[in-house]
Amino acid sequence: MDNVEAGVLTTTYDKIFNWARRSAIWPMQFGLACCAIEMMAVLDPRHDMSRFGAEVFRASPRQSDLMIVAGTVTEKMAPIVRRLWDQMPDPKWAIAMGACATCGGPYRTYAVTQGVDRVIPVDVYVPGCPPRPEALLWGLLHLQRKIDRMTVAKQKAS
Amino acid sequence: MADSENMKHNDTLFDVEEMELAFGPQHPSTHGVLRLNLKVDGERIVDCYPIIGYLHRGTEKLFELHPFFQNVPHTDRMDYVAAATNNLAYVGAVEKLTGITVPPRAAYIRTLLCELQRISSHLLWLATHAIDIGAMTPFFYCFREREEVLDLFEEFCGARLTLNCMRPGGLPFDLPVGWTDRCSAFVDKFPSKVDEYEGLLTNNRIWKKRTVGIGVMTKEQGLQYGITGPMLRASGVDFDLRKAEPYEAYGEVDFDVPVFHNGDTYDRYLVRMEEMRQSARILRQCLDNLPDGEVMAKKPRVLKGAKETEAYYGIESPKGEIGFYIVGNGTPNPERCRVRPPSFYNLQIVPELAQGALLADLVAIVGTTDIVLGEVDR
Amino acid sequence: MSDEETKAPQGDDTGPEPEVDEAAEKAKAEAAAKARAEAAAAAKAAKEAAEAAKPPWQRDPKIPEWQEADDSAVAGALREAHGDAIAWARTLAGDLVVMVARESICDVARTLHDEHGFTMLIDICGAHYPDREDEPEFEVIYQLLNLDTVERVRLRVGTEADTPVPTVVPVWRGANWPEREIWDMYGVSFEGHPDMTRILMWEGFNGFPMRKDFPIEGIDTGSAIYPEYYEETAGPVAGTGTGWKPPEEPEDEEAAPGADDQG
Repeated sequence: MDNVEAGVLTTTYDKIFNWARRSAIWPMQFGLACCAIEMMAVLDPRHDMSRFGAEVFRASPRQSDLMIVAGTVTEKMAPIVRRLWDQMPDPKWAIAMGACATCGGPYRTYAVTQGVDRVIPVDVYVPGCPPRPEALLWGLLHLQRKIDRMTVAKQKAS
Repeated sequence: MADSENMKHNDTLFDVEEMELAFGPQHPSTHGVLRLNLKVDGERIVDCYPIIGYLHRGTEKLFELHPFFQNVPHTDRMDYVAAATNNLAYVGAVEKLTGITVPPRAAYIRTLLCELQRISSHLLWLATHAIDIGAMTPFFYCFREREEVLDLFEEFCGARLTLNCMRPGGLPFDLPVGWTDRCSAFVDKFPSKVDEYEGLLTNNRIWKKRTVGIGVMTKEQGLQYGITGPMLRASGVDFDLRKAEPYEAYGEVDFDVPVFHNGDTYDRYLVRMEEMRQSARILRQCLDNLPDGEVMAKKPRVLKGAKETEAYYGIESPKGEIGFYIVGNGTPNPERCRVRPPSFYNLQIVPELAQGALLADLVAIVGTTDIVLGEVDR
Repeated sequence: MSDEETKAPQGDDTGPEPEVDEAAEKAKAEAAAKARAEAAAAAKAAKEAAEAAKPPWQRDPKIPEWQEADDSAVAGALREAHGDAIAWARTLAGDLVVMVARESICDVARTLHDEHGFTMLIDICGAHYPDREDEPEFEVIYQLLNLDTVERVRLRVGTEADTPVPTVVPVWRGANWPEREIWDMYGVSFEGHPDMTRILMWEGFNGFPMRKDFPIEGIDTGSAIYPEYYEETAGPVAGTGTGWKPPEEPEDEEAAPGADDQG
């Protein structure tokens, strides 16, 4: 069966699963630097992330499905980021929050990985230094729209 | 691992297996990427060896590549919780190096910004410390006030967290219209909010059991390790740079410096709560006596540090003494710009304080040290 | 000038009158020049007075200059106690700076700590000055504080790359980490230090980052320490991912780590 037919057969199934997956994303606590403070600010009463279902920040990667890389990833920390990513079970997503996680930010130095996408695959990039909490919420909603496009039918590896 | 060679071995009566545990670098309570290699005997910590450097970004080397005014945003990102005091220490050092005097209005506004930043930093500290120990409610209460402080900052300089709000010679711009009224309204209602937090925690039996007698630091230990700030003042040393070496407008305002004597986590909590009240007092006085005038001193168009001159300027940040040591070399860039990070020195004492503590107490000890890894690692 | 004009129509009288005119003119010119100079000087003095009357932030900033620390009690006491170990003692912008010989830094620190009340170590940092001739290449700078009298002193020690400096850990336990950082960043080691390892970078990092000849982008950050993750030549290169390959699994088309198979 090719992709189109497979997609047609599974639309309702997809809809239910995607709705479930995007409405209860459990992020992992992975605040590295200044963006972590703005990530904490998303949880506060003013910006309230729990209205999108994502307030339950898990400490363990094995229980979470979203890794918000908030802050600068240094070369010393990069293997640990990779290990944590590998420990997360599928389906998993990653948001690169802030300039440092996107591309190294203001730090083009010997110790900073120029973007966490050199180490893990990233789904959504949120620019800013640090991005406002509303920007992170935009990133989360963008990710939810991305999740809506998922399908359980088998896709060819690209 | 190579690190286990650095650990001491504890002789016990009977054969116990000591477990080596890595606490961090990804851990909810380490306040950033700190790794503590622990040797634990059950729940008791036998040895603790911190490994830092997971957030080392090369800031000091970046300082040498940019002119003086371009380095101000880099200073924000070190102690990212208290950016205004970082900015002030840096621009103060540049002004000392180049002989610039700041106009009085700029001095008062800088004092306002620093005290607002002190309130914001202590609120964040309380929120994270309480949530580490298990009390979740202060997190929401403190962040509610913190958002209002960040609104004031955003109105002034456009940024909530990494402020970039000062320049060598003064401020980049004057206060917006109505800012002093909004700040005044915040200052009026803030002490009642501090009462709210104290009502939740200060006489709370669980809080006291988790913090009284935990992580006791003596005055001698503090002096040996170069500890400054609320950690030192909780151990009985009455030393605050705002009173000892008054800078900006602190010589002209009236405030008290809280000092407690037990040196444990509970006393450090009390010191910081009282400091928040005193900050509100300073803010009230600064707002009432704000002078008029310009906010930027006269300075050369291209600011250069003279060859072979150097200056050190230290101020009281919410974490301790932050200082900048700048050496000039005749160009607009500094030859060497060193940050004296309070959290680096405050963190060094954690292994000593953690000796014999329970694992859960280690969380309280790391929280009470009020470290920011961006400052420890730079 | 009006004399010239009235004289001319009187005819051409040769003789003494033109000389008198020239002399008179010269005197007049001199008087005028003197008046102008006086006016200029008066204006300059008035300007300087106005400038001095301005508050300090409206005047041009005056760069601080080094002065000999002749009237500093601390410097005098150090010179008495340690003699030649103190190369010089000067003040700049109110800070007392003392240049100490490398071998005696621990003794000088102990004197300051025990006898003069400088019980708090504020900071130890390093610096690299490759362009200074006749002076050592590296410097280690100690900042001390006396809590009771709120006095500060700065000790500077010059050293070369492979010459260790005596450690001050016996005087302050808190000197442990700053000295490790100087080793890590500059390659200046400390004799007698209990744990001379890198603190901010990892063991196996190539180079000493804060030296002036170390490029800001680094040399070969990744592959030197994590050969199983990075390919031989260098750290990550844009667009090619980390070079890490997943473990070999038979007859399974594993997607590369950079691909995203989730929509």
